[in-house]
Parts: sequence; structure tokens; C-alpha cells
Amino acid sequence: MSDDLQTLVDRLPGLADGVLVTLQMTLGGAVLAMVVAVVLGFGSRTQSLWVRGPSRVVVEFFRGTSLVVQLFWLFYVLPQFGFKMEALAVAVLALGLNYGAYASEVVRGSIASVPKGQWEAATALNMTWLHKVRRVIFPQAWALMIPMLANLLIQLLKGSALAYYITLQDVNFWTVELRRATADTIFSYTAGLLVYFVIAYLLTWGMNLLEERAKRRLGRGTRPSLREAFGLKPRAMYAPKVPEARGAI
Amino acid sequence: MTTTPGDVPAIEFQDVVKRFGDNTVLDRLNFSVPQGQRITLIGPSGSGKTTILRLLMTLEELSGGLILIDGDPYTHEYKGEKWVAVPERRRRVVRNRVGMVFQQFNLFPNMSVLENIIESPVHVLKKSKDEAVADAERLLDKVGMSEKRDFKTNELSGGQQQRVAIARALAMDPEILLLDEVTSALDPEIVADVLDVLREIADTTDITMLLVTHEMQFAREVSDRVLMFDKGQIVEEADPETMFTNPSHERTQAFLKAVLGG
Repeated sequence: MSDDLQTLVDRLPGLADGVLVTLQMTLGGAVLAMVVAVVLGFGSRTQSLWVRGPSRVVVEFFRGTSLVVQLFWLFYVLPQFGFKMEALAVAVLALGLNYGAYASEVVRGSIASVPKGQWEAATALNMTWLHKVRRVIFPQAWALMIPMLANLLIQLLKGSALAYYITLQDVNFWTVELRRATADTIFSYTAGLLVYFVIAYLLTWGMNLLEERAKRRLGRGTRPSLREAFGLKPRAMYAPKVPEARGAI
Repeated sequence: MTTTPGDVPAIEFQDVVKRFGDNTVLDRLNFSVPQGQRITLIGPSGSGKTTILRLLMTLEELSGGLILIDGDPYTHEYKGEKWVAVPERRRRVVRNRVGMVFQQFNLFPNMSVLENIIESPVHVLKKSKDEAVADAERLLDKVGMSEKRDFKTNELSGGQQQRVAIARALAMDPEILLLDEVTSALDPEIVADVLDVLREIADTTDITMLLVTHEMQFAREVSDRVLMFDKGQIVEEADPETMFTNPSHERTQAFLKAVLGG
């Protein structure tokens, strides 16, 4: 066991590299997924069949096919058509498209949950569509979608471990190498679990902060206690206090 | 305004048709509102009053006919014989003259009171921020909400939210103001505050107003003309005194009796 620990300590620089690669994939994938989600989420809502149709097809395709197969296809098949990408770019692209398809449903649902009266008030103030979305609708939908996006972000992090199979030297790679060096399966995979857990925990914490901030901008948040801020449990929604209004939004 | 006030009606409905699926709400409706007039629309629910306001705010699409604002085609026009929709870019030019206050206030919860008011003056009318803030403060003072300037909207009561919503609509300098049952969601003791604000606006501006309301006393005080609607048609049209004391149509008599509890 002490030998194992010594090996692990020796391999900490390698762990830093692995974490960096995992974070690059996770954050890069998340940013791309968010762009994909917003485009497809709004695309799925439009009246025009020429926009809505393709949006639905893309969403169903990327949700309905395996992430591993997508990774392999982009990495091994696409070069045969003359498009060769670096492994990291392939991972970011596959993660972004796959989780973006899931997240687009979150975006679509959250946008739909913003009361119709908000769109109408924005029309009455003669805003353009983009202005309505950017300044009125999205900020409200954003507060609703963060908890669900946080789930997807954690899944995306864990999904990124598959990139080991397309030669990326991420945390998963480091774990496998540690097992090779120590010949101790229990020890090395437990270490791998813990590393992923710590990253997931930090991401969850960051998303909780984002959620708190978004809610506070809607006048619904309160300052979180340290325990709440560091805790993993999402905080309860606070009902708006509008005592005199009946049926107020 | 391109012409002398009074020349061209502020609002003109020509053979307006509005259908929701198989349900025809407005069937070839014609009426016009002269510049600066205050018109109250009354009638049972489902008679098409709110639909008229929503058509004027482009929240619903016409099924047929024309709506003219100051004589300009608004949402649809005839190109030769063909009835076509006016593109959004041109609709926006005309829409700038129209403002609306809603039953449910519809303030933006992601903005403060002040931000709600200056958002469109700054980004749509392209006013400078300083000018927009100065205008907003003047309007907040007018509606008695100055101290709540930096509050979040859900920290306000319903009546306060509605007063902010009125200020927000006025900040766009509308020529036409649409008021859609603006006191219906409020508790009775708050209603008077909101009506006071509206009364002052009616007294101090020459904005053309279209009101849908169940506040008959208020309608009587501020309107120049009252239109009684039933099944998408105007069944009676009169000055408020006549309408409320001596309506001629039996449908109006029955409606007012039911509403006023007399």
C-alpha cells in the first residue's frame, strides 16, 4: 500500500496533465453543447417547418446514437473522407453535439415555461425578436434551466472518460497508467473514482453559485449560507411575495 | 403625426375579421377613433373587446380586413387586389405609436423598476441613457412610485406593479394607449390608486385611449364615447351619459343591469 501511495505521489504531475485534458474536454464540450442547445432549442420552437424539421432531426440523431460510436466515427471514419481532426477537437465536438442535443430539450422546455405575457409585454414595447430573447426571455429561462444543465454537465464530465479510447491522456488514461505501474486494480481505480468525484463536486458547486446568482437577479434568491454554498443539495425555490396580486406571475 | 390632429382617425378598423380556428370573434368590424379620443369598450366576455386591443398591439394576426393607424396600414395592406401582411420591419415603425398595459402587469422580473422603464426607450427609441433615466424618474413620480425605483418587481404589490407598468408604457411616448382590464387582477382597495393614475394621465395628456374595463364609474368619467360589443359586433355606441343612464338597445340594458347590479 505504501508503495502504491509512493507511486501515486510520483505520478501527481501526470495527474495534473490528465485533469487538464479532462477539464478542456468538459468545458470545451459544455460551451459547444450550450451553443448547440440554444440554436436547436429555439429552432425546435419556430413556426417554420424548414427550421423546426432539421432541428428535430439533429436533436433526435445525436440523442439517439451512442457517444462512443460518435467518437469513433469522428476519429476513425471522418479522416477517410479527408477531414482529420486532433483527438481533443474530436472529443469536444462529439461531447458538444451529444450533450447539446440533450440540453436543447432543456432550453426548449425552459423557454416554454416563461409566461406568454412576458413575450407580449416585450412586443408591446416594440422590441425585436433578438432583443426580447436576449434581455427578457433568456435571463428568466436561464434560472430555470441551470439545475438541469448542471446534471448534464456532470454526465458530460463522466462521458469524457471515453476519450481515452481515442488516444487522449485524460484522468481515465492516468488511472489506467497508475494501475499498470502499481499492479493494484483496487487502489488505482479507487483513486480514479475519487479524482472524478472531486471534479464533479467542484462543477456542481460552481453551477449552484450560478443558479443562486440567476435567481437573485429575478429577486428570488437570498444570500446562501456557507453550508448551502458548499453543499450539494440544490436550494429550494422561493415563492415571489406578491401578497396583493391575484394570479400574478 | 403626419397630418393635423383630427384630420385622420388615430385608429380605423375596416371590415376587420378575426377567427380563432372555426370561431369567428370579429366579423367585418368597422369603427374609427379620432385623435385624442378616449373610448371604452364594454360587453360580455367573449364579445371581442380584448381581441380588438390585442390586434392593435399585433399580439394576434388579422384574419381579414385592415387596421389603419393615422391612416397608415399597420399589419396588413392591399397590393392591388391582394391582401398581404406588412413585413415586421414596417410594422415596428407603426407599432412605436402604440402602447399597452396588461391585466397581469407583465413586468420583467429580471430587471429593476427603473430598468423595466428605460429598457425600450434606450434600446428601441435609441434615447441616451441619461435622458431615459430622467424621463423614467419623472414618470415614476407621476405614478407615485419614485421610492421604488431600484426595487425588484416582485417586491412590489399588484397595484404598485401596475403603476410601474403604466409608467413603462408611457415612457415610449405612445400616441395610442391600450388598457386591457388593468384593474381586474387587483384587490378592490388598490383599484382606486391605479384609476387615479389613469385619470391624471387622461387629464394631462392628449393620448388616444382604448379601454376595456369593468369599472363603469371610471369609464363614465374619462371616456368620450362608449362602445357596447356583443358577438363581435358593436350593438350600441353613445356618449357615456347616455350609455349608462339611458341605453337604447335591450342587449345593453341587460348587460349594464347585470354588471351594475341594478
